[in-house]
Amino acid sequence: MSNEAPRALVVPFTFLMALILTLLPMPEWAVWFRPAWVLLALIYWVITYPYYVSVGSAWILGILLDVLNGTLLGEHALALTVVTYFVLRLHAQLRMYPLLQQALWVGLFVLTYQAILYCVQGMIGGLPKTWMYWAPTLTSMLIWPWVFFILRDFRRRYNTA
Amino acid sequence: MFKRESQSGLRTLFWVGFSILLMVLDQRGTSTQQLRAAIAMPLSFLQYAVSWPLQLVDTLSNNISTHDALVTENLNLKSEQLLLKSQVQRLLAIESENNQLKALLRSSTQVRGKVLIAQLLAVDTDPFINQVVLDKGMRDGVYVGQPVLDANGVMGKIIQVGPLTSRLLLITDNRSGISIQDTRNGIRAIAVGDNYSGKLRLVNIPETVDFQKGDVLVTSGLGEQYPEGYPVGEVTNVTKDPSLQFATIVVDPNAHPDRSREVLLVWPNVKVEGKPQGGTK
Repeated sequence: MSNEAPRALVVPFTFLMALILTLLPMPEWAVWFRPAWVLLALIYWVITYPYYVSVGSAWILGILLDVLNGTLLGEHALALTVVTYFVLRLHAQLRMYPLLQQALWVGLFVLTYQAILYCVQGMIGGLPKTWMYWAPTLTSMLIWPWVFFILRDFRRRYNTA
Repeated sequence: MFKRESQSGLRTLFWVGFSILLMVLDQRGTSTQQLRAAIAMPLSFLQYAVSWPLQLVDTLSNNISTHDALVTENLNLKSEQLLLKSQVQRLLAIESENNQLKALLRSSTQVRGKVLIAQLLAVDTDPFINQVVLDKGMRDGVYVGQPVLDANGVMGKIIQVGPLTSRLLLITDNRSGISIQDTRNGIRAIAVGDNYSGKLRLVNIPETVDFQKGDVLVTSGLGEQYPEGYPVGEVTNVTKDPSLQFATIVVDPNAHPDRSREVLLVWPNVKVEGKPQGGTK
């Protein structure tokens, strides 16, 4: 119970960082390559604290993303909630996997996330017409090991758990 | 503990249902407008925080630019101002003449609206969303549906207002429509956005209608959203395919949403006495 207080600060802080990274302006050629930062942070925390960070947190983060992006309210929330459910069901295995295998799973999760967003965008008639739309799956997969190590070190430094 | 995990499916179902409900409500109309504004308020601080260092770099690079560069720039600006002034003098004469003629025709007189300069906040949204965030909000009297221009033409309109920020829907978004008029022959039409190309399309134009490449399009003022007579774009391509019912007409917008940092908010129905520029508060 002694780690309750730092955890309550550390987790929201990393989500705040993820939101800032989502907002950060990028050069024109790089806009399609932005990794799904919020989803990456979410996956890490769901694997680490499945009883603390779960579908409810995913939904709230999704609503924040919707408002920041100006998309349909509930669109990102839906995608994040569904993906978090799968991560939650697999968290025990994911925790044991070597990093490379983990990264492949993360790629699959990001792909699911993007596919849900794609379907919703299709229904309201704002479909992205370029293949570059799917680039974040690749970049998220590539950057996952770094996200994993940074978040783990961060957690160990401020958290005794 | 095991009980909680076994309920995760149920909880997911609940949140998924809630998301779908919200999406339907949001798509339907304005009932979620309040909720959106309430969430946007604390997030606007985040947007300012991200944007601030970049604006600081801008200011710094301005401050350390050399004396020579400033002198040259000043000279250039002076000559440009002289040129513009002479043009304005001519325009003033034309405008007063135009107003007189309109008064004679008993139509509503053309009044100059109040304007306010706003800056784009340097924050990114998803690349498939054609919206930008401005640093003026409710505090400055911005309202939903307000037209926004940049130095070259119409940029879009405000779709959401927070206390400190507001969100601008660009005319290149496929949810945006703008009523236009051809300056060459006065034909009116509606231009809708075409998300990815960054261009506009004229919709429902029969093949017999006379639109040509190079035509300059201005707002017609008929939608009552945008004031009359502001440049929208130029026709770049007209395709008449006999197998299609309507002609495909592509318009290149005049405004540069990717390049301009400063934009003009316009209050078309507020009269301003005296000088043409409204103050920047």
